[in-house]
Amino acid sequence: MPDVIARLDDVSLYYGDRVILKNCSLDVVEGAITCIIGLSGAGKSTILRLLDGLRKPDVGHVYIRDIDICHISETHLNDVRRTISLSFQFAALLDSLTVGDNVALPLREHTHLSDSEIQKIVVDALDSVGLAHTYDSMPSELSGGMLKRAGFARAIVTRPELILYDEPTTGLDPIVTHLITDTIVRLRQKLNGTAVVISHDLQSIYMMADYVAMLFEGAIIAYGTVDEIKRSPNPIVQQFIQGSEVGPIPI
Amino acid sequence: MKPLDRFGRATIDFFEYAGGIVMLAGDSTSFMVRLRIRFVETINQCYFLGVQSISIVILTSLFTGMVISLESAVQAVQFGVGSLVGGAVAFASVRELGPMLTAVVVAGRVGAAIAAEIGSMVVTEQIEALTSMGLEVPRFLVVPRLLALLVMLPLLTVFGDVVSIGGGMWIAQTYAHISSDTFLASARQAIGFEDVLKGLVKSLVFAAIIALVGAYQGLRTRGGAAGVGVSTTGAVVISIIMIFISNFILSFILFGAH
Repeated sequence: MPDVIARLDDVSLYYGDRVILKNCSLDVVEGAITCIIGLSGAGKSTILRLLDGLRKPDVGHVYIRDIDICHISETHLNDVRRTISLSFQFAALLDSLTVGDNVALPLREHTHLSDSEIQKIVVDALDSVGLAHTYDSMPSELSGGMLKRAGFARAIVTRPELILYDEPTTGLDPIVTHLITDTIVRLRQKLNGTAVVISHDLQSIYMMADYVAMLFEGAIIAYGTVDEIKRSPNPIVQQFIQGSEVGPIPI
Repeated sequence: MKPLDRFGRATIDFFEYAGGIVMLAGDSTSFMVRLRIRFVETINQCYFLGVQSISIVILTSLFTGMVISLESAVQAVQFGVGSLVGGAVAFASVRELGPMLTAVVVAGRVGAAIAAEIGSMVVTEQIEALTSMGLEVPRFLVVPRLLALLVMLPLLTVFGDVVSIGGGMWIAQTYAHISSDTFLASARQAIGFEDVLKGLVKSLVFAAIIALVGAYQGLRTRGGAAGVGVSTTGAVVISIIMIFISNFILSFILFGAH
């Protein structure tokens, strides 16, 4: 049985009267890329925020390794977060810093490395996403795809055990989408780490996923390899992956 | 909603807000005491929040001093006590108007800037990004701004006091023919070092109000651009109201006994 690096255990989350997640459980297998699919507004990004400790569930537990991150101090949680990186949908680079300084930020704050050592690591991280030439650029000077890749560089610079990607290919053209998907796969191989990817892009998912989980009405209704999901007898899964208007999913 | 419900909701909101500010102040103080400070960023903020505010402090202080002098000089000369104008200008500037007007002007410029910057960071997920990197947002964003204002606002206040008295002296000289020696002698008689010091105590409190309210308003921003606008306006309005209220309380404590 594969090792599990992160786990949602019977999690429920509400925003006021609105149910976001209900009795949702998910195991993130170590060393694998797990993709989460689902309708817009289904709570996929919320799952990433739960795994990063940015949200706390109303009910249930979230484990990173064996640590229940819902019931630890903020200081301890910050220590756990240093083993995880969240790559945001719109990169969320600090717009007052250059790309290089953005990528260097976690190293400057969490390590005692010299400036020259940090610069070397940052250049290497930017190079691995094809952006070494943007070191001194401001985030506002980059395109959407470049911003996302700069966000990846910041996410990998500390060599985290778990990288969470929030919709990395949304809004990008097919070529950049392919480039970004390829980057995620290469980074996983390079870092020998684990990734959880939220995406609507089925072609990208088929290209990179080891496991796919489908979220519907606050719960994981299907989980398996790409082939298992494609062959799933669940009509909701079939309607979703076929992009059909006809089926049990209310439009 | 019934009036009683509205009153209850408003009371809860008030205490939530006050509690949030106190907690932010506590967190920030804790980082400052432990010297967990971003020094380079603090110096940058000193320049942005302090040095770049000098021109508006000069303008407001100059004209305030000139107006006080103008108004008091006319009356004073009529009653034959023109030699007291310097004292009146210095007294008003150093004890009350200097610290308060400087703080109000800085609240308008700096409080709004802090709230807008942090609010924009909230809506573009930059704050979440900092948290997800395991960085403490109060240490990263609030402490440099708070520390910068605690250093720069008293300096701006002293600067404003000097400019205000200078402006008053110029008007007294040209408009009421009161010599600068007479003006300054009167000023020296009216205020002492203790008054300047008490004015600076006020400016320290005002600095904390501007930085903490601005930062807290920014951090509680919700929504997009409209939310940033609401936070920014709120930062200025709440800061200024709190400056006026605390000015009264501080004047009562510092000067009221005399």
